[in-house]
Amino acid sequence: MRPRAVPYLLALPAWLWLGVFFVLPLCGMLSVSLMTGDLLSGFTQTFHLGTYAEAVQRYRVQLLRSLLYGGSATLVCLVIGYPVAYWIAFHAGRSRGGYLLLLLLPFFVSFVLRTVAWQFVLADDGVVLGTLKDAGLLPEGARVLNSAPAVVFGLAYAFLPFMVLPIYAVLDRMDRRLVEAARDLYAGRAAAFLRVVLPYSLPGVSAGVLMTFVPASSDYVNAAVLGGPGTTMIGNVIQTQFLVNNAYPTAAALTFTLMAVLLLGILGYALAAGTERMAGGRG
Amino acid sequence: MSGATPPEPETPAGPPAPPGRRVPRRRLRAPDWGRYATWAVLCWLFTPIAFMALFGFNDISGRQNVAWQGFTLRWYGQVFSYPDLTAALLTTAVVGVLTMLVSGVVGGLLGLALGRYRFRGRGATNLVLFAAVCAPEVVTGAALLSLFLTLNIATGLAAVVLAHVMFTVSYVAITVRVRVMTLDPRLEEAARDLGAGPWTTFRLVTLPALLPAVTAGGLLALALSVDDFVITSFVRGDATTFPLWVWGATRVGIPPQVNVMGTLIFATGVLLAVGNVLLARRRR
Repeated sequence: MRPRAVPYLLALPAWLWLGVFFVLPLCGMLSVSLMTGDLLSGFTQTFHLGTYAEAVQRYRVQLLRSLLYGGSATLVCLVIGYPVAYWIAFHAGRSRGGYLLLLLLPFFVSFVLRTVAWQFVLADDGVVLGTLKDAGLLPEGARVLNSAPAVVFGLAYAFLPFMVLPIYAVLDRMDRRLVEAARDLYAGRAAAFLRVVLPYSLPGVSAGVLMTFVPASSDYVNAAVLGGPGTTMIGNVIQTQFLVNNAYPTAAALTFTLMAVLLLGILGYALAAGTERMAGGRG
Repeated sequence: MSGATPPEPETPAGPPAPPGRRVPRRRLRAPDWGRYATWAVLCWLFTPIAFMALFGFNDISGRQNVAWQGFTLRWYGQVFSYPDLTAALLTTAVVGVLTMLVSGVVGGLLGLALGRYRFRGRGATNLVLFAAVCAPEVVTGAALLSLFLTLNIATGLAAVVLAHVMFTVSYVAITVRVRVMTLDPRLEEAARDLGAGPWTTFRLVTLPALLPAVTAGGLLALALSVDDFVITSFVRGDATTFPLWVWGATRVGIPPQVNVMGTLIFATGVLLAVGNVLLARRRR
């Protein structure tokens, strides 16, 4: 065996796997999105670009709503997750590992089951709302489910670790002497945080925002379980078009639109954040 | 994660206040807001889990597990009384283990190639890995279904395993690559100096050194596979996994057996994780 062939042989199985089941499908979907026809008479390749225009026109509300919900959930995760990551990294001392573990434990329960459990907890006449209503603390018609906040907080709940872990990883590596130096130079606690810690943690924040926003804005489980007819996201539309209506070209066109929007968003964000670390995989 | 940090003093007591500055009041009594916030978030995270576990002990008669009726251990004795739920759980386990094994080997080899060698297509490979990790599940799921439809491949159990390996292999490769890059090259040089051939060196030195990373990657693949809902729902055909069974049951009412299974899976994960942490602490 020639030594030069070794890396290619090592990489070959994964190349085949990712090529056939990841890259090729994306091309296949591009092809499907340009077809016309229906399930009964079959689909034919007509390079019909109009599907995109129709699909985006028809589902632009859901598309925008997905970005809005995904963005709100990301913001919630950042506001909740940053202090937690900061406190664990700087003040949890030797129990840092324990706290991280506690933070990750809930994710041993299946994603669907956790979402369904929230639906159960927040149900209109369920354990929390029902009890409060019986005690006369809430009006009869009060409800939490089927609302935008329910979906947004469900998304934030589902993806919180993706925000906390990258921020924690950066803060944990930070040289504490930087903060001490800032303090020695008469920076107050706020100034030391704003001018030393926060800038240092920005790569972690970038990674966290990316890793939260992409799955949150394309999720459909939370919208389906915790939301209602008024909170449908683009993921729900894609899923329904694909699996229920069998409108493959429309679904494929929507999927590509979603991906294009997210890619544009990531690119814009990367330019704004101006960091090479976001492409950390390039090592 | 925390292993790489240099030892540093616990929450430094701080130097004596420099002259000319007002001595700050002792902060011993000040409320520790960070700690409270962290615990509040932890409470939020555990709320649905606690309710799920609690209602696995609910003494109800039908399938509507909504209001608390009293305590029973009955459901723990009858965990397997829904044959199709049990079958779904088994399917999940089989898919998960197969995914772990295939993904561990395929991803481990790729990780070794990426961490060790410079070769044509390395940059492109890294880009594809990055894309595969970042791509929304609904996109990869829909794309795979498009492929299977275009090529008239039957969806079902095999398709689910293929799909799961596809989306977990990148995680394994990335985990192993990091380990390969931090591997001390002198270990292998020493083996070669002592007369070991390339294969012997790999078998006796490189592989044992990489095994923890491959295991970690494989376990991650297992966890991702067991948890996956979105991609599976696209390519499953008539196969049903545990998350999909739960999803299907939301409309007709989720029997307490699901709570029990969820609690047991959770408890297993907790035991494994805590054991792992304790082991790591003892080793230190």
